[in-house]
Amino acid sequence: MLPPAPALEAITTPSGFLLVPSIAVPLTGVVLAFVLGDRYVRLVAYAIIPLGLAIAVTILVALRQSAGPLVYLLGAWPPPLGVALRADGVSAVMLAATAVVICAVAVYAHADFKDTATRAPFAFWILLLAIWAALDTIFVGGDLFTLYVALELLTFAAVPLVSLEGHPDTLRAAIRYLLFALLGSVLYLLGTALLYGGYGTLDIALLSHRIQAEPASFLAAALMTAGLLAKTALFPLHLWLPPAHAGAPAAASAILSGLVVKGSFFIIVRLWFKVMPALPGLPATQLLAALGASAIIFGSVLALRQQRLKLLVAYSTVAQLGYLFLMFPLAFEASGKLEDGNALSGGLLQAVSHATAKAAMFMAAGSIYARLGHDRLTDLHGLVRTMPLSVLAFALAGIALVGVQPSGASLAKELLLRAAAERGQWWWAVVLEAGGMLTAAYVVLVLAHALVPTDGRIASTGPALHVRNIAALVLALCSLSLGLLPWDSYLAVSHGSVSGFFAVETLTKTLSSVLGGVVLAILIAPWPHPDAYLTRWKMVASILGLFQRSCHRSVGCLERANHVLCQWPAASMFLLILALLFGALMVGAHTFRPG
Amino acid sequence: MSIATVFEIVLAAVVLGLGVWTIVVPETFSATVGFVAYGLLVALVWVRLDAVDVALTEAAIGGGLGGVLLLGAAARLRDADLMAEKTPGTLRASAAALSVLMAAALAGAVLVLPDPAPTLAPAAVAKAGATSLSNPVTNVLMAFRAMDTMLEKIVLLLAVVGVWSLASDFAWGGRPGPRHEADPRGVLVFLARLLPPIGIVVGIHVLWAGADQPGGAFQGGAILASMWLLAIMTGLADTPSVSLRWIRLILVAGPGLFLVVGLVGLLFDDAFLSYPPALAKPLILGIEVTMTLTIAATLGLLLAGAPERSAQP
Repeated sequence: MLPPAPALEAITTPSGFLLVPSIAVPLTGVVLAFVLGDRYVRLVAYAIIPLGLAIAVTILVALRQSAGPLVYLLGAWPPPLGVALRADGVSAVMLAATAVVICAVAVYAHADFKDTATRAPFAFWILLLAIWAALDTIFVGGDLFTLYVALELLTFAAVPLVSLEGHPDTLRAAIRYLLFALLGSVLYLLGTALLYGGYGTLDIALLSHRIQAEPASFLAAALMTAGLLAKTALFPLHLWLPPAHAGAPAAASAILSGLVVKGSFFIIVRLWFKVMPALPGLPATQLLAALGASAIIFGSVLALRQQRLKLLVAYSTVAQLGYLFLMFPLAFEASGKLEDGNALSGGLLQAVSHATAKAAMFMAAGSIYARLGHDRLTDLHGLVRTMPLSVLAFALAGIALVGVQPSGASLAKELLLRAAAERGQWWWAVVLEAGGMLTAAYVVLVLAHALVPTDGRIASTGPALHVRNIAALVLALCSLSLGLLPWDSYLAVSHGSVSGFFAVETLTKTLSSVLGGVVLAILIAPWPHPDAYLTRWKMVASILGLFQRSCHRSVGCLERANHVLCQWPAASMFLLILALLFGALMVGAHTFRPG
Repeated sequence: MSIATVFEIVLAAVVLGLGVWTIVVPETFSATVGFVAYGLLVALVWVRLDAVDVALTEAAIGGGLGGVLLLGAAARLRDADLMAEKTPGTLRASAAALSVLMAAALAGAVLVLPDPAPTLAPAAVAKAGATSLSNPVTNVLMAFRAMDTMLEKIVLLLAVVGVWSLASDFAWGGRPGPRHEADPRGVLVFLARLLPPIGIVVGIHVLWAGADQPGGAFQGGAILASMWLLAIMTGLADTPSVSLRWIRLILVAGPGLFLVVGLVGLLFDDAFLSYPPALAKPLILGIEVTMTLTIAATLGLLLAGAPERSAQP
């Protein structure tokens, strides 16, 4: 009744066994840390983390030498009865990026979560290892139900991190996160059940051969996508993200913003590119990218309006997550399928570079908060003299995010722009360029506050910790140099047209996006005394004021819309609307297919 | 129309009615009671569908332990109910319309699913010899998809970490929940003395029977947990302080042993989480017994809540 399994995907490859320790080692750490308890949790974590990094590197090397993806059959049971682990280039890159970010965060958190008999270190180190195990399972899991369990693991490890400080506000943020993430899980699980009912397997490779364009698979795809979008906090389902990511301790925010949201994003990529590349159709991919574009605009503008640094960085995550979804229409080939290529590589590179840069940004923001006892933007004047390294780390991470050569974001942007040119979808190129400007705007805003000279020194309440700054700096530099790495062994990156670092064209592009950013920052951000800087040029001030007022009016509308979207009724109704809309677009694309 | 069909139609109607009532009723407490009854009836539906394993789990979690947890939460939220704002009618109507639309789409998709459904059940039954356990559900959980089961147990462990992380710093390492008192001559205490011996035997039976009949570690563990909770809630027993080494060991014993057996399989046998055929049955039973203990302790402590009382008297 069922077609036979494809032979290639159903045997363990020689170095396939490497995939087991990538999950089992952090899990062993969770179990050991829990038993040994308070005084040894950090020690266990520090023993496990280098081991995990070594495994990730070994997988990178092994994959390079192997002919195809690494495959491992758990319990030696072949799918569909058993579960397979599979790692292709994309998985290997994500595994390595996760390991690097976790290492940096572990160094950063050294002082915050000491071995004392209190609950915060106990929870933090166990949850950190659990998040690692969950992400690794997501990156190598070859079965949709195993991915569901991994998602649950990820959610249950991430939510307690939010309320580690124990304030009522953070508890509220955590419960909001938990409930919305569980709504997403339910939709994902519903979709998996439908797929099993239709095709009798949940193995990704087998399913991709069996899946047909029929009602059950359309609905399953729509439900799973909507559920995963809720967990990824793509606009307009972002209500839980800013309070959760801004309220958590800095080390936890770095993990939540840098890595955790990438887990559900990765499953969307697996679903659309591997399980059902021919199912979504062009309109659904355009909707996904349109949501991404709205996320960029909403997130960036709201980031510019924040009074607190950590909230600004959290809203920047809302915006940056939007970028990850621009690749979907650009990967849509004429054959009617989503295919690996420049667009997918660009999207994943964006994910990796955001993971490193955003983690570094949260770390820098955390150092500032720890030192000053607050993170109000307007009181950061003169910060560069007190904390030069933290400001430098923030600036470098910001530059990497804006997409200055040779950062990962710049390579990602170039790949996406090339894909947009090939497909003739110029409107996404416009979004990409505008997004760079908006990113530059909030980075410039923070730096402008930090660089303003002041007469008195800022009062600092906490100690200066250089280890923290170094961890943040290393991650920011990682993100900034990602564009130099040899990606072609792992991702489909076409050679030849990567432009030089100091070409006039690149320089003007970078300058124009930074200048655009400066203008946007002046127009949109709430400046405390705008006229004080411009007393000499009354003409300029009055013209500027005119523009500013009209800008503020439209930004006010945006803020009100965001306020509504961040309420439970609107967000949960949008969840259902999106599921129905995706389903309808997919059905429509197949009903009215030309030819 | 046979009596069974009539029963099924009535059951379906009551389940649907209870579902709607749970959503519509304004008081949290009534909604909770409705939800618990709903869980028990859904368990009956699973029995009618010949999925007794699922029915047992649904009754234990959806009806039993979940019910206790929700009723406790509803009791705490009683004041918040009075202050809650009323949701505008148009909002409720549009949410209802969306839900109906989604339900219709789901119903349509389910109705056009292939019949008979493609299933792995025959394959799972055919491969039962590899473990010499004849309950195919146990085989799927413990052998074919052992990875998922192990990860689920880690999820339970993380839930405990999450609940404990809500403790205040001074109570860290102390005993979870308040110290319960009950009238020593009351009916509850009488039940708490009478039921646990029976419940423990039933729990162990359900675990043991799981090798060949419906049942297994989760259902057995849930029954044991409810007996423990009964003793805790009547004050006959106190919750253990969370810093005790033995309670930590019990909480990780299930997934820990699973992990060890898996790694031994990776090093000395075919693969991670594979069992040598001769040892498959004792190994799986060993894991199931430890998992039952772990699940009982985990569920009990999840319901007991965060540490509230300092360990030192």
